[in-house]
Amino acid sequence: MATTLKPVNAVVVGFGWAGAILAKELTEAGLQVVALERGPHQDTYPDGAYPNTLDELTYNSRGKLFQDLSKSTVTIRHGIDGTALPYRQLSAFLPGNGVGGAGLHWSGVHFRIMPEELRLRSHYEERYGKGFIPEGMTIQDYGVSYEELEPHFDFAEKVFGTSGSAYKVKGQVVGDGNPFAPDRSDNFPLPALKDVHSAHLFRKAAEEVGMHPYAMPAANASGPWTNPYGVQMGPCNFCGFCSGYACYMYSKASPNLNILPALKQSELFELRVNSNVLRVNLDSDGKRATGVTYVDAQGREIVQPADLVIVSAFQFHNVHLMLLSGIGKPYDPRTGEGVVGKNFAYQNMATIKAFFDRDVHTNPFIGTGGGGVAVDDFNSDNFDHGPLGFVGGSPFWVNQAGSKPIRGLTLPPGAPSWGSGWKQAAKDAYTHTLSMDAHGSNMSYRDNYLDLDPTYKDAYGQPLLRMTFDWKENEYKMTRYVTEQMRKIAEAMNPKTIAVHVKNFGDHFNTRAYQTTHLLGGAIMGSDPKTSAVNRYLQSWDVHNVFVIGASAFPQGTGYNPTGLVAALAYWSAKAIREQYLKNPGPLVQA
Amino acid sequence: MKLTPYLFGLSALFALGAAAAETADPELLKKGEYLARAGDCVACHTAKGGQPFAGGLPMETPIGTLFSTNITPDRKTGIGDYSFEDFDLAVRHGIAKQGYTLYPAMPYPSYARVTEPDMRALYAYFMQGVAPIEQANKDSAIPWPLSMRLPLTFWRWVFAPEVKDFAPAKDQDPVLARGAYLVDGLGHCGACHTPRGIGMQEKALSAGEGADFLAGSAPLEGWIAKSLRGDQRTGIGSWSEAELVQFLRTGRTNRTAVFGGMSEVVVHSMQYMSDADLTAIARYLKSLPAANPGDQAYAYDEKVSKALYHGDDSKTGAALYVDNCAACHRTDGQGYARVFPALAGNPVVNGDDATSLIHIVLKGDTMPATHQAPSTFTMPPFSWRLNDQQVADVVNFIRTSWGNQAPAVSAEQVAHLRAELDVPPLGQIPDPHALVAPQH
Repeated sequence: MATTLKPVNAVVVGFGWAGAILAKELTEAGLQVVALERGPHQDTYPDGAYPNTLDELTYNSRGKLFQDLSKSTVTIRHGIDGTALPYRQLSAFLPGNGVGGAGLHWSGVHFRIMPEELRLRSHYEERYGKGFIPEGMTIQDYGVSYEELEPHFDFAEKVFGTSGSAYKVKGQVVGDGNPFAPDRSDNFPLPALKDVHSAHLFRKAAEEVGMHPYAMPAANASGPWTNPYGVQMGPCNFCGFCSGYACYMYSKASPNLNILPALKQSELFELRVNSNVLRVNLDSDGKRATGVTYVDAQGREIVQPADLVIVSAFQFHNVHLMLLSGIGKPYDPRTGEGVVGKNFAYQNMATIKAFFDRDVHTNPFIGTGGGGVAVDDFNSDNFDHGPLGFVGGSPFWVNQAGSKPIRGLTLPPGAPSWGSGWKQAAKDAYTHTLSMDAHGSNMSYRDNYLDLDPTYKDAYGQPLLRMTFDWKENEYKMTRYVTEQMRKIAEAMNPKTIAVHVKNFGDHFNTRAYQTTHLLGGAIMGSDPKTSAVNRYLQSWDVHNVFVIGASAFPQGTGYNPTGLVAALAYWSAKAIREQYLKNPGPLVQA
Repeated sequence: MKLTPYLFGLSALFALGAAAAETADPELLKKGEYLARAGDCVACHTAKGGQPFAGGLPMETPIGTLFSTNITPDRKTGIGDYSFEDFDLAVRHGIAKQGYTLYPAMPYPSYARVTEPDMRALYAYFMQGVAPIEQANKDSAIPWPLSMRLPLTFWRWVFAPEVKDFAPAKDQDPVLARGAYLVDGLGHCGACHTPRGIGMQEKALSAGEGADFLAGSAPLEGWIAKSLRGDQRTGIGSWSEAELVQFLRTGRTNRTAVFGGMSEVVVHSMQYMSDADLTAIARYLKSLPAANPGDQAYAYDEKVSKALYHGDDSKTGAALYVDNCAACHRTDGQGYARVFPALAGNPVVNGDDATSLIHIVLKGDTMPATHQAPSTFTMPPFSWRLNDQQVADVVNFIRTSWGNQAPAVSAEQVAHLRAELDVPPLGQIPDPHALVAPQH
């Protein structure tokens, strides 16, 4: 028998970036907010306690801050006729768990988005004609413009203490940032992080081949910073323990560091941990949410009534929760009807490693999660796709995040894989190697989608979420083309040898190799309730007091990392709730 | 559906509560609450995790453990049946309603100068602004014969000053006068920061009583309450008035961070003070001349910084410093503004007694959240990682680098403090989670 608690104004499901931003915004609006986090309390201290945190085995290899797959996971298959199997070992993607979510263990790469990517379908149709987008590619427009999001990108950068170098501010060229980047209302709050040596080599080589290098925007503070909430960050010391770790220097932005201390000052906010939400409860006609049901640390079922439900868990948990709660029509790939689970997309990575002689010291142990040097010459639609016949692109970068002792060893092609030969090769290569990535976009397709698994259940007896996903022709073409362009930079560095890691035509999605944790879509935003699960304010089309915040709203992938856009959309949605919804609760967009 | 702005609901509730509590003048209650903050009554009169003002906090004294008392207006166990005169007798005179003398852990020698109007505001607040809590007082754990109250009465006769409303000296600057009133009176800063004499009395109770006033204490509970006098190297001579205000308001400045017992003073008391009062406190403290007549300004010396930059860690303790401290405090000892305190030129580092520095290295500490600076920063403990000699070496390295000049500490001193403190044992990697209070 479930215990029903006293109602609150708003319940926030999942306390990562999206949940923290919404909780902050809603308490500022005077609402009493309860945030429910499935995992435990965690914070910079003790979870990033120096020097204990500098422990690759515990944190990265054994995934201390990652989702506990023994309680809940996803199943994965490559096509709609396959049988999905559970993802039992963390490898391809690393969802977070606990307070801060993946925002505690992320790297810190903090991009905005290219304006045309917010209206990708319209843009490609306008520039390349209606027939250019291949059959089965279901890319869409977001329904929100860069101009509308710009103030929120700007504010989020100030909250995150983002380091970078602007190109254009208010129409004026102000610095040596990315010349392809859209106009900004303000510069970055902190100057760009210094180039590590390998990034410096990349910058020089990129210039030599006529590309336009810039310092990557990083939510790793280049100096002390006090954000608009009055909370402080320390400066990054390039220790390299970013992705997979809580930052002991207090310099990598996280919900725990950048928002939670301010929330703790509010009497209106309560954070309940070890509280696993099972479903959003709906009233009898399914048009309105009445609250949520969750299982607490003692295993008791608790009903938390609320006027407003913010679904802000990780991308696929958002989709899972919508499916379990019956919010929105589940997507059916055979008919193309339904919206929840539609347009599941990811990131399409390629890597080149360059090996130098012993006189080039790349010091790969130095690094910062979000820093580095990138070029955007082959990202987004910054180059002519017409003769190339594919959609999408990729930034290239040296984003040296600090090579750790276990996974940090890269050997040149042909090196022995064991014994004294391996040892010698490791010795020769370790501080004389650099790695660059093509962090490519991944488009959405009719048959890449999410639904409930018919077989496997989680620890609470609920069906697991099933991923149906594979790479498509467009993706091979894109990644192989851009990798060839990146090769020019690698070769301009005059290395001894290079190793190119790029997908071959026909390669399947490999769940065993780390790709990124940038899973997208499934509860996408848009202008039409027939093709999107949430409207342009991230409000459910079907249940108006449910807002679904996160990368689940992206209709397709981008070449950039998603967190910057997630944060901007969260502030954008919060503004709509504060300024419109609270005054007049109901659908903010008429279908 | 209704989304009632919750703040509105809260303020309505508050108004209702105040109305129910008889007829006190709300302005008077507010003033009393503010003065109670200035006196930091809540810090001692609240047990860890207990109800505010209900007492029960154990207080270590050189003669044994005392427990603070319940000062809520509960009639049975608190001070609900105190008249104003009873209240005044306890707070300013150190005499309980039952007639015995209070242990001077209650700083009535300082409170003796609080003005009667302020006493009346405090009384109104404690009677009507504080929720009554029924919680019986605990007996102190002080062995006979020290537990006898009679000697305390003699102590009071000898050491407690005459109870007299504070009045500024003729022609005294009003800001300095206000600062003196707060520092010497309700703030009872001297209770920790003034050295004590043979009878455990503070050697001076105000600026006019000599250079011992606020000249720093002997170790208590493993901390030194540092000198607040004008000495450049060991006092606050190198601090500006603005830095002091910022420190008291937020627990941090560009160069330093609050720690130890002062954290609670900032959190429970100082951060609530008005700008004017903090300025008055700072200005008064800054008016205290150096205790050491030969006092000289600190000057940065870049020798050690340059050596470390060039990879020379031959100085004793240098390698330990680089491996354990430099990530945050930097090889130049400057730290990072407002986040990681500077060690170069830091008066705590340069004090003659290194107890606080050794304590922090062994046990770590957390900079507390304040309303205007809500971030908490934690230095982890190193007791499990460094042995006594290593702690002494790294402390001595810090105390003699970058222009710092302070006497050496020995491994024995470290061992002594290690035994006194509850710290993770040497050689065992502690679970950092076990070292922090559980969060709810």
